[in-house]
Amino acid sequence: MRAALFALCASAAALAGSIAVGATVMDEPAVNDDAILQGMPRALSEYAFFIDGARQLPNYEVVRYELNTPLYSDGADKLRFVYLPEGTKLVSEGDGLLEFPVGSAIVKTFAFGSGENRQLIETRVLLHRSDGWLALPYRWNTEQTEATLALAGARIALTWPDGEEISYRIPNKNQCKACHSKQGAVIPIGPKARNLDRDWLTMMEEERRLWSVPQGADTLPVWSNAEQFETAALARAYLDVNCAHCHQPGGGASNSGLDLRWEQDDPVKLGLRKPPVAAGRGAGGHAVSIAPGDPSASIMVYRMSSTEAGIAMPELGRSTNDHDGIAVVRKWIEEMPTS
Amino acid sequence: MIRLTAAALALASAAPAFADTHTIAPGEGAQERLQEALILAEPGDEVVLEAGRFELTDGLSLDVDGVTLRGAGADASILDFTNQAGSGEGLLVTSDKVTLRDFAVENAKGDGIKSKGADQIVYSALRVEWTNGPDPANGAYGIYPVEASNILVQDSYVRGASDAGIYVGQSENIIVRGNFVEENVAGIEIENSNRAEVTENLATRNTGGILVFDLPNLPKVGGGDVLVARNAVIGNNTDNFAPEGNIVASVPAGTGIMIMANTGVQVLENALINNQTSHVMLIAYTQDFTDERFQPRPVNVTIRGNVYGAGGNSPDFTGGDLLAAAMGGALPPILTDGLHRNLSIEDAVPAVSLGLTTVGQPLTDAKPEMLKPVIAGKVAQLSPVVLPAEMETRLK
Repeated sequence: MRAALFALCASAAALAGSIAVGATVMDEPAVNDDAILQGMPRALSEYAFFIDGARQLPNYEVVRYELNTPLYSDGADKLRFVYLPEGTKLVSEGDGLLEFPVGSAIVKTFAFGSGENRQLIETRVLLHRSDGWLALPYRWNTEQTEATLALAGARIALTWPDGEEISYRIPNKNQCKACHSKQGAVIPIGPKARNLDRDWLTMMEEERRLWSVPQGADTLPVWSNAEQFETAALARAYLDVNCAHCHQPGGGASNSGLDLRWEQDDPVKLGLRKPPVAAGRGAGGHAVSIAPGDPSASIMVYRMSSTEAGIAMPELGRSTNDHDGIAVVRKWIEEMPTS
Repeated sequence: MIRLTAAALALASAAPAFADTHTIAPGEGAQERLQEALILAEPGDEVVLEAGRFELTDGLSLDVDGVTLRGAGADASILDFTNQAGSGEGLLVTSDKVTLRDFAVENAKGDGIKSKGADQIVYSALRVEWTNGPDPANGAYGIYPVEASNILVQDSYVRGASDAGIYVGQSENIIVRGNFVEENVAGIEIENSNRAEVTENLATRNTGGILVFDLPNLPKVGGGDVLVARNAVIGNNTDNFAPEGNIVASVPAGTGIMIMANTGVQVLENALINNQTSHVMLIAYTQDFTDERFQPRPVNVTIRGNVYGAGGNSPDFTGGDLLAAAMGGALPPILTDGLHRNLSIEDAVPAVSLGLTTVGQPLTDAKPEMLKPVIAGKVAQLSPVVLPAEMETRLK
C-alpha cells in the first residue's frame, strides 16, 4: 500500500513537481537522508518523515510501531515511527535493543486530545549518524503546520481531558540524552525486541527490514491488556520501561546502585530492603527503596507518587502522576513475602 | 554549525585555538538563552554569566567537554531556582574537563550542582545556598560530583543542604580545599571514594562537620586513603534536619569529624572546637548488608597533631548524657564504638571506646573504656593526591 502510494506520488511529482493527494500536498516524496546524517534542521518538515505532518501520515519507508509496555509521559498519546534507509535492515541483538543502521531515524510525536481536537505538542527525533545517535526535540506550532527545533526545550501549559492543568515539559537536547544514554553515549531506549509486537517484527522481517525475529521478542506484557498478566510481570515491565534507562549500570542513575532492568533478579539491586544513598528528601522518611509487603513505606512508591522537582521519579518526562503505574507497583510490593 | 566530532576531539585535547565566549545576560528568556548556549558551546568555549539574577524554571545541563561556565562572582551572578518546576538538580554536568566558577546557585529543588561521570572537573569560588537556612525541604547536596576521577572543589561556599554541602561520591583522586560550609547536615562528605584530600576548609554550624563514609550495595565500594588535614571544624551543633531515611539522618548533632567503614584515613592538624557530641568519631556501619565487597569497620585510622577546644559536653545520642556525666561532664575529644581496627591516636588527649565487639551490637551492650594514645611505630603515609596540572592552570 505504502509502496503503491509512493509510486503514484513519485511519478506525479516528476510531472508536476508537487501534487495534491486528497487534501495532502506533497512535494518531496523521499525522506531527506542528508538531514538525518548531518546538520541540525530547524524545521521537522525538512526531514520529510511525514507526507502530512498534522495528520501524522508517514512517508514511504517510515513505519509506525507500538510498544507492549509504553513509557508514561503525562498521559500523552505517542505516535512512534522508524525510518530505515533504502536497502538496510534492523539487526536483533538477542532479546535486547534492535541495532539500527547508520542513516536510520526513530521519530516520536507527543499529542493530546483525539479526533478533530488532537493537538500535536512535540516530535522527538533520534538520528543515527556515523558518529553516534543525535536526539533533537521539535515543537509544533498551534496551527499544526510545522514543528521547529527547540534545543533548549520549553514549558507548555496544557489542559488534560479531565480538566487538570499541567505544565508540560519539552526536554532540551541534553535532557533527551539524560534518558537516552549509556556510558555517556546516546542510544535508543524504546524499540527493544522484548517490548515489540511479534506480528510487527514478523512483518518487518517479511518486508526485509529486519534480519530475523529474535528469541525473547514480545515477552513484556501488553499494558493495554493488563488484566491478562501477573502483577509482578506488569510491575517489572513498567520499571524496565520507565526507570531502567537510568537505573542500570552505565545509566544516568548508576550511582544509586538500583538496577531496575527486566533481566535483573538480585533483590537488593531491585531495591528490596535497600537503603537510599543520595535520595535526599526523596526518601520521604522511608528507610528502603522497597519494603516488601508495605508499599506505603517504600521510597519507590513515594517518589513515583510525587510531582515535585527533587522528589519526583523519573526526574524528567512527567509533571503528573501515572496512577495506573503506581497502582501496579503498589500491588506488586504489597504481594511480596515479608520474610 | 555542527563541526565534525574529530575536530571537536582535537580541540578538546589541544589548547583551543578558536575558543569563543558566549555572554548571557539575565532577564527575559534567560532559561532558553543560557541552556541553548550550554548546548551549542564547543570544547574550549566559555559561557559567561553577566552579573544579575537569572530566574530559572527548569534544571540546566552541560554535556560538552572542556567548557567553562563563569560568572561575575559568587554574589554577583545568581542562578535562582526558587521557581524550579522540573529536574533533580539546578545544574547537571555530564562532560569532562569542565570548569565552573564565580557564580551562585540558589534554592535548587533537588541538588544544587551535580556532575556525574565528569572527569577533571573544577568547582571554584561558587556559592550554593538554600537561602532559608536549615530546612528538611531543602535539596540534598550542594556541590555533588559523583562517579568520576580528578575532582577539584575549592574556595566555595555551601549553606542549607539537607544532606551534605559538598558531597563527593564513588570517585577517586579528589581535592576539596579552602571551602566554607555552614548550616548543612553534613558540611563535607567523602563517600565510597578513594584518594581524597580534604584540607583547609572551614566547617561550622553543620550537624556534622566532615564525614568520611563507605556504604554497601553501590557500584563502587571500598572507600579509603583519605586525608583530612588543617581544617577548622567548629561548633557543628545544628540539629539534624535531614529527611528521615537518609544515612546522614543518623549523624548526631555536635559531630566534628566522623569516619564510618573506611580504610586508611588520616586526621591531621585540624582545629576542632566546640563540637558538642564529639570532635572525632569512629563508627562501624550497623545496618544489614549482603555486599561481600563491603567491610563495615573503620580501619587504619591515624589521628595526629590536631588542636582540640571545648566539646563533648552535650552528646546527642541515647545514654550520651549519662556517659558524659560519668566522665566529668563532657566526653573526651575522640569517641569510637570500639569496632575500629588499627587505630592510631597520637594526640595527647583522652579517647573513649564504647567497647562494642561485634558489628550491629546495640548501644545498650556498651562497656565504655578509655583508650590510651598509641604512637604507631609505622604509619603508612598517604601519597599526595596529584591532579592533572592542566586543571590548576585552567584557573589562572
